[in-house]
Parts: sequence; structure tokens; C-alpha cells
Amino acid sequence: MGARVLDAAGATEMLRAVSRAVIANTDRLTDADLAIGDGDHGIGMRRGFEAALTALEAPQPGIDGAFRATGMAIMATTGGAAGAVFGTVFTAGAKAFAGEPQISAESFRRFLAEAQASVARRGGVGEGQKTMFDALAYAARAAEGTDDLTAAVHAAAAGALAGVEATKDMIATTGKARSLGERSLGHPDPGAISVSVILGAMQEFVSA
Amino acid sequence: MAKVMKKILNDPRHAVSEMIDGLVLASGGRTRRLDGLDAIVKTEIPDGKVALLIGGGSGHEPIFHGFVGDNLGDGAACGQFFAAPAPHIICAAAKAVHRGKGILFLYGNYAGDNMNFDIAAEMLIDEGIDVRTVRVRDDVAAAPRERVEDRRGIAGDVLMIKIAGAAAAALDNLDEVERIARKAAANVCSMGVAVSAGSIPETGRATFELADDEIEVGMGAHGEAGIARQKLAPADQVADQLMARILPDLPFGAGDEVALLLNNLGATTMMEMLVINRRIRKTLDERGIRVHRTDVGTWLTVQEMAGFSVTLMKLDEELKHYLDAPCRSVGFTNWGGL
Repeated sequence: MGARVLDAAGATEMLRAVSRAVIANTDRLTDADLAIGDGDHGIGMRRGFEAALTALEAPQPGIDGAFRATGMAIMATTGGAAGAVFGTVFTAGAKAFAGEPQISAESFRRFLAEAQASVARRGGVGEGQKTMFDALAYAARAAEGTDDLTAAVHAAAAGALAGVEATKDMIATTGKARSLGERSLGHPDPGAISVSVILGAMQEFVSA
Repeated sequence: MAKVMKKILNDPRHAVSEMIDGLVLASGGRTRRLDGLDAIVKTEIPDGKVALLIGGGSGHEPIFHGFVGDNLGDGAACGQFFAAPAPHIICAAAKAVHRGKGILFLYGNYAGDNMNFDIAAEMLIDEGIDVRTVRVRDDVAAAPRERVEDRRGIAGDVLMIKIAGAAAAALDNLDEVERIARKAAANVCSMGVAVSAGSIPETGRATFELADDEIEVGMGAHGEAGIARQKLAPADQVADQLMARILPDLPFGAGDEVALLLNNLGATTMMEMLVINRRIRKTLDERGIRVHRTDVGTWLTVQEMAGFSVTLMKLDEELKHYLDAPCRSVGFTNWGGL
């Protein structure tokens, strides 16, 4: 495995790669949302990450600055629950990486923990409600116990995928899918898929 | 693959913005758009007025942008189709309508709206602006009464905006406006039925699939699943089915006085709406429930969704007073009263 140095320039480049990956998955996210929601998740995420790409064209002052710019761009343009939640994920990164010259395994885990706490606070959600939070929680747990950033990011990405799988067996109790009740069974949560796309892009980036 | 809808639009990504421009032009100078933002506000708001900010996802026109006007909303923050507006749009609209007496946020109870309006409220409160929030939770099909917090806001929004708008125009006290809005919110129940699906213009695709001979009872305003999918039935039977769920909920009973609102979800005809009104009125008459006023129209739509919802609000003298106040906007005008 290669290991990229993730300083401010590297982190900015990684967030650009994340944005491109989300945009490339627009149709997949839309299809997933049509199954159990109202079908706007893909276009909302595309709008947000297109704005993030534009914001990240400028060099960013620090890793925290890059994450903050990404989060603010998403929150301002995605709208809906996704805008608030995914905007919060990246602004949580701004808190976790404040003052850090490089992303380490430890600060990356802090980012996942901070993202979880912020989303729980903002959305009033916990695990098992069939939301993006499940993928985040699985990712955070999987990333524990390693001092190697690349290993931590790989584990988090794999964890997020396991979280997506787990949401298939859950009945939605929040958000627009809630009204489906048992009819939401068998379908993965679209927001959880987005988390797996984001962490998957980070994994690909650190391995390149 | 869900059905693709035909629409007369330019680039669908610009549709919300172009819709707002068109609305401002139609309002005869009474509204304006905030620069570069999907937000619309009244051009004349007197100093010292309690402000009413409404908003939510677009695509349910004429609500919310069309409900900015006299005795209605002072401003509306608009999201993209069926998606809550972002916090900075809400903040900008709130500041544009604030006249020093605080702001009431009024919107439907959805996770996205709740989060984005809460973020905006926190930012405004940090700046010393008094912001209160009332969420409309009228959809009896979304959750049982003991979980009223989980109910969606549907066409009850219309009566809520009318009452809160009139109260905010008449009273110079945010506490009082909030109290009246909360009373109205606690007394309103709605439920709908879909005959065909709506779509999201940006994807062009129907938000759910329904066979030609099926209806979805109790679905949400974005096509969220309802409580039953069944064969199409005569109007009287469908109306009875909705009333059977609404009437015991509050409950509504003999001696009550109510406002009745029939909302067209987009593609149902006035003829169908009036046929339904006839049956609902019969049901209410039989139970000794007096209808103070009836509004039949198209206010909270889901693009080309066919179907309708029934809203009942239990009234007292105070709610009647504000409900009957004349109002004027592009989306809802009732200047003479009924």
C-alpha cells in the first residue's frame, strides 16, 4: 500500500476526489432513494459536491479549512436533510483536524467520532434507524486499533460498506422512509450508501 | 424504471429560480426576490411588525413562495424540489423580514426542514434576534396521535399560514403570535389519497409506481408510502375512508365548529374535488359538526400527482377571527372573506 502525505494540499486533493466520486454516483443514489424515499438524494448530493469542487479550486488554509469549505459548500447548496447532515460531517472534520499539519490515523478517527456526535446532535438519530448514521458508526468502529492512516481509512471504508449492508435489515424509523415501515426492509439506506462512497473515495485516494 | 414525466421547463436545475422570478413578476410589485437566493419577501413590511417566515422544499406550489403577501407570510425561504432550504437562505430571508419584533418560523415537520431551520434559528439567536418555531404536524396517517411529533406537515400548512399571518399582522407581540399558531397547530388534522404519482423535475421520474387501477391512501406530500394501497373506489367511499381516520383523531365531534379545506395535489379536477366536498359535508352534518368555512383549491401540490387531501381544523372564536381575516398573495387570495 502506498501512503500519501495528507497535508493541507493533500487533504484538499482528497476532498476533490471525494466530490468527484459522489457526483459520479448520482444515478445510483437516486435509484436507491426512489426505492424507499422520494428520489432526490442523488441530485441533492450532486449539487452539494459540485459546489464543494468549486470551493476547493482555491488552495485551502490548513486541513481544517479544506474540510470547512467542503462542509459549508454542501450545506449551502444541497438543501434538505442531506445538506444539513453531510455538511455537518465535513464541518466536523474541520474541528477534528484543527491545528493538525497532517492527517494521522488518530485524527482521522477523531473526525469519524466528531462526525457521529455532530450528526446525532443535529438529526436526533442513533444507530439502527436506517440512516447514514449507521454507516458512519460502522466505519468509526472499524477504524479503531491501528496507528496507520492507510489501514484506518481502508478499515473505515470497509466498515461503511458493512453498515450499508446492515441497513438493509433495518426498518426505517426516521426520515421520509419511516412511513414505509416493513416495506423499507431489503433496501439499503441511500444516505448510508453516500457515506460508503465518500469513505471509498478516501480509501482509493490514500492508496494511490 | 419509473415513468418519465413530460414538462414544459428550461433546464430543470434552474426551474426553482425561474419560478421565483415569475412569481415576483406576477405579484404586481408586492414581493421581491433576495439577490441570488431562492427567497422571496414582501416589499413593504412596516417597522415593529412581528415577522412570519415560511418555507420548505419547492415543487408544492403555490405553497410556500406563493403565500407571501398581506396577512400571510412576510417571506419564504425556498429549497430545491422537495428538499428543505439551506440555512443561509433561511437566515437571509429572516433578516430581510425582521422588523425588530422577532420572527416566527412556520413550516412542515420534516427532518430536513427541522434541521435547516434549526441551524438558521441558532445562527439568528446568536445575533440577538428572537426566533420561535412552530412546526405543522397535521398528517394523521403518518403516525398515531401519541407520536404526534412524528407527523408530517401537509395541507394544514395552508390554514396555519393564514392564521399565523393574520395574527402576525395584527399583534405586535411574538409571544402572542406563537401562542395562537400553536393553538391552531394543535387543532388541525389532515389526510390524503393519491391516484397517481408526482415527479421530481430534476430527475423527471415518478416518485413511486402505482398501477392504473390502484390508489395510495394516506401517502405523504412527496409520495411517502401511505397506510394502504388498494383498488380505485368511488369518491364517497374514499372520502369516508379519510374521514373515518380524521374524525376520531382529535377527536372532532358534535357541537364542534371547523374549517374544512380540500387540497388538490395537482392533477385532480375541480369536479372531483366538489364531488368529494359534497360527501364530506354530509358526513360532518350527520355528526353535528358545523363547517364555519370551506376552502377548495390547489395549494400544496406534488407536481402532477393526482389526488387530494382533507384538512379539518377545530375552531374557537380567536382562531375564527384570524382565519377569516382577508389575505392576498399570488397563491392564495381571499380579500372578501367567505
